[in-house]
Parts: sequence; structure tokens; C-alpha cells
Amino acid sequence: MSNAHPVPFRAILRHVLLITGAALMLAPFIWMISTASKPQTEIFSSELHLIPHRFALMENLREAFAKANLLRFLLNGVIVTVSIFVLQVMVALPAAYALAKLRFLGRETLFALVLFGILIPPQATAIPVFLLLHKIGLLDSYAALVLPFTISVFGIFLMRQFFKTVPDDLVDAARMDGISEFGIVWRVMLPAAIPAVTAFGIFSVVAHWNDYFWPLIVLNSEHLRTPPLAVAHFRNNEAGTSYGPLMAAAMVIIAPLVIAFLFAQRRFIEGITLTGIK
Amino acid sequence: MAQIELSAIRKSFDGTDVLKGIDFHIADGEFISLVGPSGCGKSTLLRIIAGLEPQNSGEVHIDGRQVDGIRPSARNLAMVFQSYALYPHLSTFDNIAVPLRMRRLSAIERLPLLGALLPSRRAKERHIRADIEGIAEQLDITPLLRRKPGQLSGGQRQRVAVGRAMVREPLAFLFDEPLSNLDAKLRVHMRAELAELHSRLKATFVYVTHDQAEAMTMSSRIAVMMGGELIQAGTPAEIYNEPGDIRVAEFIGSPKINILPGRIRKDGGVDVLGTTLKLTCNAAAGDCRIGVRPERIELGTGPFSGTVVHLENLGAEAFVHLAVEGTGSRLIARLADVRHLPAMASPLAFGFASETVRMFDPAGKRIELRVEQAERVREPAHV
Repeated sequence: MSNAHPVPFRAILRHVLLITGAALMLAPFIWMISTASKPQTEIFSSELHLIPHRFALMENLREAFAKANLLRFLLNGVIVTVSIFVLQVMVALPAAYALAKLRFLGRETLFALVLFGILIPPQATAIPVFLLLHKIGLLDSYAALVLPFTISVFGIFLMRQFFKTVPDDLVDAARMDGISEFGIVWRVMLPAAIPAVTAFGIFSVVAHWNDYFWPLIVLNSEHLRTPPLAVAHFRNNEAGTSYGPLMAAAMVIIAPLVIAFLFAQRRFIEGITLTGIK
Repeated sequence: MAQIELSAIRKSFDGTDVLKGIDFHIADGEFISLVGPSGCGKSTLLRIIAGLEPQNSGEVHIDGRQVDGIRPSARNLAMVFQSYALYPHLSTFDNIAVPLRMRRLSAIERLPLLGALLPSRRAKERHIRADIEGIAEQLDITPLLRRKPGQLSGGQRQRVAVGRAMVREPLAFLFDEPLSNLDAKLRVHMRAELAELHSRLKATFVYVTHDQAEAMTMSSRIAVMMGGELIQAGTPAEIYNEPGDIRVAEFIGSPKINILPGRIRKDGGVDVLGTTLKLTCNAAAGDCRIGVRPERIELGTGPFSGTVVHLENLGAEAFVHLAVEGTGSRLIARLADVRHLPAMASPLAFGFASETVRMFDPAGKRIELRVEQAERVREPAHV
């Protein structure tokens, strides 16, 4: 019997390590849910307990929605992330197609510049971009949140790598059939690259939904706030931070991402592994 | 239907000459095979005809019209690719519809949602549907119209690709090794289907392949390319029986033609493996090479002797590999009667009729031979 189902020591060790890692990753998340479910008195009590004695999630949620226009901030988040993603795709796909499938002088140099662009952190260009937006008078607007991110070098790189795997014959067949070069991008390459676009979409939406740095810099008006900014404003120096509603609001703003992940879990994993296997 | 005229086509990639001046005329309704080893430039030539690749110099005329610099789609040719190149996200029906929609619908009518509402589009779509159903009927793919390429077998995809080419009624069909992704059995079957299709459509077919069997069985004419040059063009029988170059002789025919070292004497006689052949030629004295097809070698009698080193019995025929005595030469003989196979390692005499000999100079060019009268009793030589 032991021969039929051996449980190798290494497998046990592997799982113990993985579970420990997962627990470490999940701990703050679980603590957030726990705090969001506790009444104010329990949060500040000296004893540590995970399960609240009195379940106060609904109260905290109600207070969170009452204190701030959470729905508006969620809508802002959707407007900004969707606009960014759509514009990124509109820029990245033609660029990636040209870099992957067209032959022209300086293509390799351009691609090297794209790779170079990946190395530059957004914080490094934040001040020049801020000044630029100030000059054209776009600060404190949706445009200020969206425009700086429309050209994603990472997106161009990812799509270019994927387009490389699309057979040249398919492009040639499209040319024989009379499809124009832009037509090839949208009618042939885009449908073939849906997994890659999904993967890129996940990266892009997660990054910009959670972005705190850039909205904090360019926004003043409350009605334009994106979800992370909104949560941060629950911190109140004068009245003391009310952690219960803060955590409840945090739960609300990450909920869309978590739900999206649960629905698109397989796509998500496909997308992440995509660049590795192709 | 069209004739295609190629004149002085040259092409180089990164300083390497891929095509070194190709002149070729393809007549209306011909089935031309461009055949040659990989890297000989045959696919590049096809892509130049299609307009997918610009040539460095030279001209392409289709039906008398110069097409250089004209977009592939405007040349009105259809191409079938090795990988079939079907659009993976579209059904068989939509795949075949693409060239028609691109040609018949205006840009507005092609718009995803809005276009479908236009009444003019609906009328055109009805015609397109009728055309596609007709093609599907002919190719026997009607039950596959709603499936996606991923759900089709290799042979079915092949047929859909042919359907997509046929539906636009092009001036000529270009095939780029369309059968090389199929298994051996299906390949033989599709060979017959394509040949049938050609005789039914009576269109010009230009067919690129590295498989000499495909070229031999389907084409009305074969053009053999080597190293960027077109070295011989002719009917399959001409290419097989009268190769103008030793590379053509070696490339066409399976198993390969037997090449033996020979020597031309001062008086024009030819010595091979220590025996003088009953032939003469006008070439200068010196080394030469002698080619004899495996099926022309007669086993059991003859002035030469060898040892059987390997036997391949295919059931209907057998191939006997012989090591020729006294030299390092090997040759292969085809045996039609497999019931009387020689034993392995046994000595065997062999010979061949003088008129079956094809002789080549050291550079590989054909040398004309005259068969001595005494040998011409049985059949006239076609030399």
C-alpha cells in the first residue's frame, strides 16, 4: 500500500513552505477584514483577537458610505482605469505590430528604446510630467490621471513578444485577402492576441486601480478622487482615525479586483504564464 | 486566368543573393511546380509573384500588366500557405468570406455593428453566402462551415484554405508547400484532389514544393531551382529522362539516380569502373560522371560485379543496394520482381543499356552521347 501512494518528504516540505508563505501574504488582508468587522471599542482594546466579539461590519460599511461618496470614487476608478487601458491598447497594438512584423530601418533601435523605457520608474518622470500638465492646464482633471499612462512601454513589449509568435503566413494571407495594415492589427492580430491583451489588461487595471502616488500629486478636487485616495482620506488627524470604517472602505475598493480575479482566474494564470511558454 | 511573365528577377537579403536573375514564362492554365531543395529561393520567387516581397530588380507581368509595386490584393492572385493561415478566431464560413467581404463591402458596411444594419450590406451578404455555399459544395466542406479552424483536421483545414483561395476567382493560384504539414497518406490523397481541381478550374497554378514526387505527379511543367537559379524547366517526363544538369538528375527521382565516376578517352569512348561503354561523345578527354536510374540497372547479367549490402523490400518492388567491386562506389537497383531477391552479401553481376546512360561533365553539365550502332537494336535511344 505504501508503494501505491507514497507521500514523499519533499512534497510535504514543499507544501509546508507554500502554506507558510501564503499565510504571511494573507495575514494583512485577513486583519483588514477582521478590523472592518469590529466595533471601535474592540479595535482599540489591548487584547488581540481575530474574530470580533460583536460583529460590526454592516455598521462600519454604513459609516464608510455615509462619510464619503464611495460610489463616486469607485466610478472614478472605473473611468480612469478603463480609459487608460483602452488608450494603451490603441497605442500598443499598432506599435507592437510594427515592431514584430514590419521591416523598416531602425526597428531594432526602436525596440531597444522600448526596452529601455521599461527600466524608467514613473516616479523619475513624475515632476516633468507634472510641470507639462500644469503648462497645458490639465492638472486636477481626469485627463491628468489618464494621459501620462496612455503609452505603456511594457504593453508594447508584451504585445510585441506575443505578435512574434503569430505566424507570418497569417499576416501574408490577410494582405492577399486585401486587408490593410491597420486592418490587420484590429481584425487579425487583436483577435489572435486576446490572451495577451487580457494579461496586459490585468496588469494595467490592477496597477492603475491601486495607484496612490500619481492621483495624490495631480488631484485637488474631492469629486475626482480615485479609490485609494478616498480611503486615505479616512485618516483624520483631528478627530482620530476611525479604523473600522477605514478598513470597511478598503474592503469595498478592493472588492471589484478580487471579484474580477475570481471570475477570470484561469485567464489570469494563462496570461501570466503566457510570455513564459510561448 | 492569366499568364505570368518573370524577367530578370533578382533578390537579395542582407547581401546574400537569393535569386540570381530568374526569367520564366508561365502560360495560361498551366500547373507549374517550382521545385528545389530548401533555401533555393523558390518560396521567395512565389512571394515576389504574390507581391508580398519586393524584388531588387526585374519585372513581373501578369496578363501583360506590369504589377511591380502593386499591392498583393490588387494583383488578384490567391495563395494557399503551408500553415494554411486560416484566421483562428473565425469560423470556416467567415474565413472563406474574408476576401469577398474585403472586396465587395465598403468600409462603412464592414463596420462591426453599424454595418450589419445597412440594407445594402444585407443584400451583398446574401450573395456572399450563396458563393461560399457553392464553393463548400465543390470542396465537400459544407458540414464544416460553422466550425473554427482549431476544430478541423489538417486535411480539412487544407480544403478550407483552398476554398478561401477559390472563392475570389483569382487570375492564378499560388501554393506554398501546401501539403507538407499533412501525413504521408493524406498527402497522396490531396495530391490527386489538387490535380483534379486544376483540371476542373483550368486556372493557372504555381505550386512550390521541395517534394519531387508532388511535382512529378501533379504538374504540367516543372521548374527546377537550385541556389537561386532556375536550371531547367520542362514536363515531368523531360525533367526525369533528360536532366540538363547533374543536380536536376539527383534531385528528381526516388531513390536517387546512381552516379558513377567515369573517364572520357581521347577517342571519345567512355570508361566506367574499368569497363568501356558502347558509347562515344564529342567532349574533351577527362573525368566525367555517369548517371543511371535505379530502374535501368539490370541485375544478374552484365560486365560489372558488386556485393549486396542492403535490401529494401517494399512489397511491390524492392531496392538492392550494391557495393561495386574494386571501388568505393555504391549504387541502388530497383527490382520489379520481389519474389527472387538476391541474398545479402552475395556477389552479383549487373549492367545497364547504353542508351539509359546520362553523362555529365565535372561542372555538372550534361554531355550529349552517341550510342554505337551495335547497341541500337532493341529500342531507339532518346538521347
